[in-house]
Amino acid sequence: MDIGLIIAGVLTLAIYTFLYKDNPIYKAAESLLIGLSIGYALVIYWQTTLVDRLLTPLFARGELLMIIPLVLGLLMFTRFSNRLSWLSRIPIALMIGAGAGVAIPAMLYARTLKQISASVMPLMDGGGFNVEALVVIVGLLSTLAYFYFSREHKGAMGITAKIGTYFLMIFFGATFGYTVMSRMSTFIGRIDFLLTDFLRILA
Amino acid sequence: MQQRLPIAVCFIAGALMFLQYFSPHPVARAVFVTINDYWQIIFAFTLLVGIAAFVRTNLRQISRGKEAPYRLIGLAGLVLMPVLAVFGGIKIESPFQWAFENMLAPMQATVFSLLAFFVASASFRGFRARNAQAVILLAAALVVLIGRVPITEMISDTFPKITFWVQNYPSMAARRGILIGIGLGSMTTALRVILGIERTYLRGE
Repeated sequence: MDIGLIIAGVLTLAIYTFLYKDNPIYKAAESLLIGLSIGYALVIYWQTTLVDRLLTPLFARGELLMIIPLVLGLLMFTRFSNRLSWLSRIPIALMIGAGAGVAIPAMLYARTLKQISASVMPLMDGGGFNVEALVVIVGLLSTLAYFYFSREHKGAMGITAKIGTYFLMIFFGATFGYTVMSRMSTFIGRIDFLLTDFLRILA
Repeated sequence: MQQRLPIAVCFIAGALMFLQYFSPHPVARAVFVTINDYWQIIFAFTLLVGIAAFVRTNLRQISRGKEAPYRLIGLAGLVLMPVLAVFGGIKIESPFQWAFENMLAPMQATVFSLLAFFVASASFRGFRARNAQAVILLAAALVVLIGRVPITEMISDTFPKITFWVQNYPSMAARRGILIGIGLGSMTTALRVILGIERTYLRGE
């Protein structure tokens, strides 16, 4: 049997031992997973970001302006010094500011305008009444009413907000069901791997 | 200086990234690419800082004898991937990719699948049809669970249709309401950050 298959099978079983109870085998596998994940991220970011975007342009192509992000990046390490740690705020501020600047138009377009335009559908469609259009617009407006806290939820506002909670419960329930099914699907995949590839019971 | 300089940097970066969106000029495009590159590079450095802190903390705990074997295994995993990458590269069929496919990916998928048990047991303990909202939540969850199992599709095609309808109309309507709220909230927060009103990122060193 392939050594990689044996290692994958043993590590899979080691993780599943947690279903019995927390134990040293699971803890060891968990620690290995954490270490490997960090190591993997380190290699990928080193190659795709630091080498490709910083070190190659700076040292191989002589783009001296790349000294700026290099210095900003190195300033992050001042967090280990009590006296100089305030300097790490500068690269953090650049990241936060740039992220915020990009977020405003992106959020306005994708999260707000697009969602509104997708929710407005004709109530009369093909000669008949479009029930779905009504459900969507009622659901959207009542959900927004529930999250509108500048006015007390009383009277018409209270009824609308109450209807909004029903729509929210449908959303939470549907999302829960979908999440459970996706996890189950992964679980079936792992069991299939164990029984077919690793143990060869179903092979 | 310690406060004003980061706020100024934040304002300049934020304003430039916001304004470039409205201009098709090549300079605006260049500003976006440059700041985006800087962002990526600084992010990679923050990862290095995190790894340095991880190693430092683990070595400190090992020297104190706290869960030393597990911490050593974690550090070994951290060292293994870069060592494999240095000696064998990161291309397909390299030892690095082999370790990813046979060690990291199976463990990640298994941990992900473990959540099926936790979600099932938590819902069994937590879900009670106490009021109308709880009943609706349970009903929606059941509809999606039943409608997404292949055997129900074999019994009747009505179940998948109901599931499709619930997910695409009432559930989607509430989801859009939440997304619009997130969008408006994010825009407000982003504006506060750029203008220097929101300064929580300056706390803690």
